[in-house]
This record gives sequence, C-alpha cells and structure tokens, in this order.
Amino acid sequence: MLMNLLHFVISIWVPLVCAVIIVAVLPLVAGYIVLMERKVMADMQARLGPMRVGPHGLLQPIADALKLLIKEDIIPDEADKAIFWFAPLISVTAAMLAMSALAIGPWFQIAELNVGLLFVVGISALGIFGIVLGGWSSNSHYSLLGALRSAAQLVSYETAAGMAIVGALLLAGTLSTREIIQAQNDYGTWFAFAAPVGFFIYIVASIAETNRAPFDLPEAESELVAGYMTEYSGFRWALYFLAEYTNMVVVASIATTLFLGGWLRPFAGTPAFDFLDGFPSLLMLVVGAYCFYRAPKQPVKVQNLFMVAVGLLMFLAAMILAAPLVPAVANLLPGLKPGLHGAFWFLLKVGLYIYLFMWLRFTFPRYRFDQLMRLGWQFLIPLSIVNVMGIGVALVLHRHWGWGHLPAFGLTTLLTLLVAGLLGWESEKKDKEHVFVGEA
Amino acid sequence: MLDQIVFYFFAALAVVSAILVVTRRNVVQSAIFLITALLATAGIFLSLHAEFLFIVQVILYAGGIMVLFVFVIMLINMDVALHQIQFNRQWWLGLLLALVVGAELTIAIAIGRSHLSFGDPAPASALEPSTQLVGKVLFSEYMLPFEIASILLLVAMIGAVVMAKKKI
Repeated sequence: MLMNLLHFVISIWVPLVCAVIIVAVLPLVAGYIVLMERKVMADMQARLGPMRVGPHGLLQPIADALKLLIKEDIIPDEADKAIFWFAPLISVTAAMLAMSALAIGPWFQIAELNVGLLFVVGISALGIFGIVLGGWSSNSHYSLLGALRSAAQLVSYETAAGMAIVGALLLAGTLSTREIIQAQNDYGTWFAFAAPVGFFIYIVASIAETNRAPFDLPEAESELVAGYMTEYSGFRWALYFLAEYTNMVVVASIATTLFLGGWLRPFAGTPAFDFLDGFPSLLMLVVGAYCFYRAPKQPVKVQNLFMVAVGLLMFLAAMILAAPLVPAVANLLPGLKPGLHGAFWFLLKVGLYIYLFMWLRFTFPRYRFDQLMRLGWQFLIPLSIVNVMGIGVALVLHRHWGWGHLPAFGLTTLLTLLVAGLLGWESEKKDKEHVFVGEA
Repeated sequence: MLDQIVFYFFAALAVVSAILVVTRRNVVQSAIFLITALLATAGIFLSLHAEFLFIVQVILYAGGIMVLFVFVIMLINMDVALHQIQFNRQWWLGLLLALVVGAELTIAIAIGRSHLSFGDPAPASALEPSTQLVGKVLFSEYMLPFEIASILLLVAMIGAVVMAKKKI
C-alpha cells in the first residue's frame, strides 16, 4: 500500500520536477551558450571577449538578460499585432516541448514515449511557424524575406536530416530514446562509427535547420538586416534568441542520442577502460584548480571572491561525481552512478557538439542561397537516401550472411562515400557550367 | 475522468478552430486555426495511445503541409485577398448539406445507441507498441496498396516537377 503510494507520487512528481528544471534552467543555459560562443569567437579571432561583468565575463549573460527584459517592447504600427505578439511564443514552446522526450541520463526524462525520437524531431519542426508568422506579421520586406528563406531552408534540410535519422533508426530498430542508447551499448559501438555518412549529413542538416552560420541566410545581416527578427526588440527578441539556442540544444541532444551513444561512457562495454569513470571528477577538479589559479589575478576584490566561489563549486561537483565510485556508496545506491555520470557524459557530448557548431560558424563563410538549395537538394538528399540503402545492405550482410560489423559497415560506408564523390563531382561540374544564373 | 476531460478539450478545440478556419477573413489567421485544428486532432490520437498516428499527424500535416501553405499564403497580396468575397454563391447549399449530414449522423447514433457497445478501453500497458504494429501490417498485409500509394505519390512528384520546369 505504502509502496504503491510512493510509486504513484514518484511517477507524478519526477516528470513534473524535470519539466520545471528544464523550463527554469534552459534560459540560463542558453545565456551561457551565448557567452561560450562569444568567448570561442574571441579566442579564434585572438581577442578576449566579454571581460567586464564578473570575472572573465562570467556574469555577462545575466546582465544581458536583465537588459533585454527592461528594454522597450516596440510593436510596429502596421504589424498584425496579435500574430506579432504570440509568434515568438510558438518558437519557444516548440523548442522546449521537444526537450520533454529526451533522456538526459537514465534518471532525467520527462516522458518516455514509444515514438520518442520522432516526437522530438516533429515537435521541434513546429518552431518554424514562429519564425514564419513573426516575419510575416512584422509587415516588413526584410522580415518577410528572412521568414521565406527560413521556411524554404527548413523544408529542404528536414528531408535530409530525416533520412539520416532513418539510417540510424534502422540500426537501433526502435524509436524510443532509451532503447536507442541501449542498442548502441549492445552493438559495442556508437552509431556515428557504424553510419559515419549519416552522422555527417545530420551535422550539416542540423546546422541548416537551426539557421546557423554558414547557413544563417534567414538572418544574414549584410543582406536582410536581421531577417525575421528585424522588427522585434526587447523581450520578444530575447524569446527568439532563446528558441534558437534551445533548438541548438535539441539538435545536439538528438545527435548525441542517435549517433554519439547518449549517456554511455566512451568504451562503455570494455572493463579495460573503466578508469574513464574518474574522468568527470578529474575534469571538474582541473576546472576548479584553474579557477583558483586565476583568482589572485582578477583586477577587483569582488571578482577574486567570485572566482574562489566558482572554484569551490567545481570542487563540490567533483566530490558529488566521485561519490558513486566509493564502494560503500555504490552498494547503498546502485543507481547513483549511471544517473549522475550518465547526465555528465550526455551534457558533455551535447556541449562538444555545440562547440563544433561554433567552430564551423567561425571557420566558413556564408553560403549563397542558390548554393544552399543546391547542396540540400542535389547532394545531401540523394546521399542520405543512398546512405539508408547502404545501412540496409550492411544489416542484411551482418544479420543474414554472418559478416562481422567491420567488413559489413566498412564496405557499405566506402560505397556510400563513392556515391558522395560522384554526386559532388557532378554538382561541381554544374557549378562551372553556369557560373551565375542570376535570380536564386 | 481525466481521459474524458482531455478528449472534450481537444474535441472542442478542433471543432471551434475548424469553424474559425472558414469564417475568418484573414487567410493567415485561417491557416493558424487550421494548424490548431490539426494539432487538436493529433492530441485526440495521443489520448487514445495511438502515438504513431499522433506524431505522423504532427510531422506531416502540421509540420510539413501547413508550412508550405503558410509559405504560399505569405506571397499572396493580402490587400486584394481581404476585399474578395469570402464565400461563393452556393454557400447556403453547402450549409444545408452539412446540416442534413449532421442531423443524419445524430439520428443514426441516437437510434443505434443501444446496439452499440465499444467495450472498456484496454489499459495502456496492455497495448502492443503501435509503431512496430503499423510497420508490420504495412509491409506484410497491406504491402500492395502501400506500394501502389507510394508509386502514385512518386508520379505526382515527377508530374509537379515536369509542370513547373520549362526545360528539363
């Protein structure tokens, strides 16, 4: 009786608490991703980036958020006011809703759905309405063009991303996020290695879907001012920004779940690599030590103290992450290690994937719109279809003909790469035939 | 009890937004209400544990087709569209037919109510995962119709490309 009651309370409260955490923490996370992006950009351009607010600019996101909240909320006279008002909400709601089916570690998941991954992909695609309607309701040419570009881009790259996902789903044989990660554990390898071409297609398509450079044509500042956000200001503009960064987290989480082994540690099945269990605490210790090392060098007294506090926090995190490694604690709470370390590895992979996004953003120049469309329709979509067929062939070779993993997947990957080369050569030739067609 | 509240909520949402789709003058607003109606239908599917149907409804109709709808609508000159007559001259006939069909359905259900028995819904845990089930049935029992439908779609796609392009 008591156990039943306890079970009921847990079944209701755990998802609720997870949902509240996601809604409360995501804006903060988005702010710090922005800070990370500015720091990475500064580093790649040999600058320092934000340094004033807090030590090393650590409080910059909070200052930015406060500024955005108290800015004037301007609604243009000619705008369709109702739609202008709620369009940003659609984007944010869709992005946050998509997070609900993702499993961040074995503990942290709001809803385990039978169609988990499709749910994430489908719901996050609804965010496009926020962009399109916002661009249209602003009643401005720049906004409308940005919205049109965004819609065209999303529809084009959704197909390629979907086919890349289908490839990985064929390997997993399920749509539930938990079971996909479990399948990668059973395979002994992440699907990024079994289907490298699919992973590549997903990376490119997810950058295009989140409207990020080098595919950030919907908000290309040299052509369209700020694209669909041109007329937005203050809080509503911040909502679009929040949606964009939440979407980055969502696509990074999808890639982590599908291709990078989710919450699995690298070499999860190999006991020889068990020393990697110490990596989470070690990383936190190193970051904490670095904070202490930098603390005396801060220019202001408050910043010294702040830096020490951050260092202590990192040490605390290291302690918590090390706790499950102590045998006594592990015996008492066997679920602690997968719960904590799973969340750590998942978030680390998501972070690295987002870092890859930034790296690409500051490395490649922006595409032209016709180039973008040609890349999507004439290269990525055919390649993703070939990739699905290749994975199907590899599975038949492996399951029915008894081939090993490496020869089966190696052969089909090589064949897919060959097709990729042919497709690339073909589109290169077309590129040279008519250098500039004019209207894109 | 909760199931019924959820059902009536989504049902009311679907009906109200469906009515608004045809009565709004502004095309963009109609499109938004059409999206709401489709999403409400998806919600009903979800409350029936038909998760696959739910997500297909969201991805295909709300996410795919409606994006294209909105895309096209945005290119229309709204000022002209706002001044056109909203209904053609047969609207009263359409309304009459709708009322007749509605009455027919109501009467049929009212008469046949005692003979209908739906049984108790199975608990969610007792159901087989619907996605696998749909896949199995599509590729075994309904293989031929499924393939015919996909060829039909392929033909439509090629036809659209041929019609749109002057030189292939």
